[in-house]
Amino acid sequence: MPKGTTINKAAKMLGIDIPTLCYMELKDMNIENKPGGCRLCVVEVQKRRNLAPSCSTNCEEGMVVLTHTPRVLNARRTVMEFILSDHPKDCLVCAKSGNCELQSMAHRLGIRDIPGQEYAAVSTYRKDFSPSIIRDLDKCIMCRRCETMCNTVQTVGALSAINRGFMAVVAPAFEQNLEFSTCTYCGQCVAVCPTGALTEVNHVPNVLRALADPTKTVIVQTAPAVRAALGEMFGMKPGTLVTGKMVTALRSLGFDYIFDTDFAADLTIMEEGTELLDRLNRFLKGDKTARLPILTSCCPGWVNFFEEYFPDLKDVPSTAKSPQQMFGAIAKTYFADKIKVDRKDLVVVSIMPCLAKKYECQREEFATDGNRDVDFSISTRELGEFIKQENIDLNNLEEGDFDAPLGESTGAGVIFGATGGVIEAAVRTAYELQTGKKLERVDFTELRGLEGVREATIDFNGLPIRIGIANGLGNARKLLNDVRSGKSQFHAIEVMACPGGCIGGGGQPLHHGNSEIIKARAAAIYAEDRSKPIRKSHENPFIIKLYNEFLGKPNSEKAHHLLHTKYFDKKKKIIVKQS
Amino acid sequence: MSTIKIELRNEDVAKIKDICKSFNNDPQELINVLHSCQEHFGYLPAEVQEVISADLGVPVAKVYGVVTFYSFFTMTPKGKHPISICLGTACYVRGAEKVLEEFKKELGLNVGQVTKDNKFSLSTLRCVGACGLAPVVLVGEKTYGRVAPDDVRNIIKEYE
Repeated sequence: MPKGTTINKAAKMLGIDIPTLCYMELKDMNIENKPGGCRLCVVEVQKRRNLAPSCSTNCEEGMVVLTHTPRVLNARRTVMEFILSDHPKDCLVCAKSGNCELQSMAHRLGIRDIPGQEYAAVSTYRKDFSPSIIRDLDKCIMCRRCETMCNTVQTVGALSAINRGFMAVVAPAFEQNLEFSTCTYCGQCVAVCPTGALTEVNHVPNVLRALADPTKTVIVQTAPAVRAALGEMFGMKPGTLVTGKMVTALRSLGFDYIFDTDFAADLTIMEEGTELLDRLNRFLKGDKTARLPILTSCCPGWVNFFEEYFPDLKDVPSTAKSPQQMFGAIAKTYFADKIKVDRKDLVVVSIMPCLAKKYECQREEFATDGNRDVDFSISTRELGEFIKQENIDLNNLEEGDFDAPLGESTGAGVIFGATGGVIEAAVRTAYELQTGKKLERVDFTELRGLEGVREATIDFNGLPIRIGIANGLGNARKLLNDVRSGKSQFHAIEVMACPGGCIGGGGQPLHHGNSEIIKARAAAIYAEDRSKPIRKSHENPFIIKLYNEFLGKPNSEKAHHLLHTKYFDKKKKIIVKQS
Repeated sequence: MSTIKIELRNEDVAKIKDICKSFNNDPQELINVLHSCQEHFGYLPAEVQEVISADLGVPVAKVYGVVTFYSFFTMTPKGKHPISICLGTACYVRGAEKVLEEFKKELGLNVGQVTKDNKFSLSTLRCVGACGLAPVVLVGEKTYGRVAPDDVRNIIKEYE
């Protein structure tokens, strides 16, 4: 064993799984939560009097460790009983039921009784409903994974452990609602919560109502990362692509048109890519007002982050809306006209790997006369549950095809789902538009990977374009600090709020700390890209048609009106709200 | 929870900034900064925590986490006449809890709260070294010994 290996990790290498509720490691992503708090991982170490927490005890030469003796099992059961004594017993109706690590641990340890619970001082907290996330702190077991994600990984600092004893939970400052905190709704806290303490706001009932309403035409868009993960909820191997089956499932659910956010991703590239080239060429001509680097703006968690922490830089990101919102804007104008449906009778639903998208579609600037461009956003998890509720077995469905015109996309649109994908898609188009030459090789592998910060220089026919990529908001902060101090040497920077990009999003099926799952999803995304006949956004015939028929040119006045947005200074001046 | 909304005057903000500066704005010194600020303001309202958070570069959620973890820190101001009931062993066995209950009832307060007119606040402490006088009650600097629940009303009256 290498020096400094913990007993827990050593055991894992030997194929022994020591149970734990708080410890979590996302390998290759530099993410570790190790508070040593749950005490379930205790083991017997010979010549040591007390049981040792294996997650925070290092191996030593000649150490003899016993992982499953009667004494150890007994201690684990007692610890578990203590945790459960201060935990609600509403498992039957809990949103996390069936996917709860506390529940499976109770099962694994064979807990059949919770002695002493009548004496336990059960803490009670009010529930907090934000536009994206629901907090039910009575279910918090103080594993502090969310705190690690929010503070160490994302550097958002919205959550912290507060109070002590039975009352100890993880919460925002002054126990205020998440809405009034610095939360970006990235959802990484939800993605790692082992219990039902943090869950997403469920919009499936709204979608169901719209589908049942005969006066409404309901259309759906699916984000690229969804097809690479949905299968996991139906027992498929991580990384199984279910694009065709997902389309058939959506058709069975009763959606009138099945469209693809990938189409809007291609559109985003046209707008964002044009903006990049415009700024770049102005910059090269010596125009001092051309702000570089340009930052991508597809990720709503990222947008919330810079509006909160870097409002002074709000003119640096691209003004292009995210693909979700571009889709909504085109659907409720161009497409509504085409099928002769009033926008008020057209319901746009998005399936997203993301919880921040729920908040994004509710932003005031993305509505016309109170009618939202995107009416409801549901997560990959919600879609999986919806499909199950409707008695559809995804495994046994035929492969279906997206509808035209908003369902046709290129490989460039698909790779938006993985970190580095947006900038790779942008490079494929920008290169050809800038140089007038055809790309020999469209796979820019130097832009791929899971490292938190990556950089690459792409040769635009003699002009070196320097590109930065950050995934995870803490990594984005590093690049942003350089932009703020004028040290940044990049021409363009892509930022995704979630580690791994959208494939690791807060709305995806839970990875339970296994980063191999995120890697498998990335591989699936790039496989779908390779399988596409067209792999550059500007060659998408339906995008070309949309510009010819409706928008004119990229960055035209109409395109600006529909496809671009502006950002706001949302820095919390006074955080305290009276309650 | 309910927070008391206060407005910090410019000199208050300057004072907090001075305190932070005296600890080199070092986030590791958070607890010391909180101690100094509580010494100065008597308590740590949310607004004070926000200034500390900005100056030390610590998320305000973390600051609040520390304030709520240590029982010495308080977010409610003390009243003009802070009442403390000793719940040390000697006082406790001689009926301090009943005395505390009586204070709660008379003032309509829970431990850690202050009356609306800011006159009285209620807290508990552990042993003031006067066990011979148990149960002991402190009002400001003044000590009352062998307090019975029946005495509570008269003690409060002295300050009304």
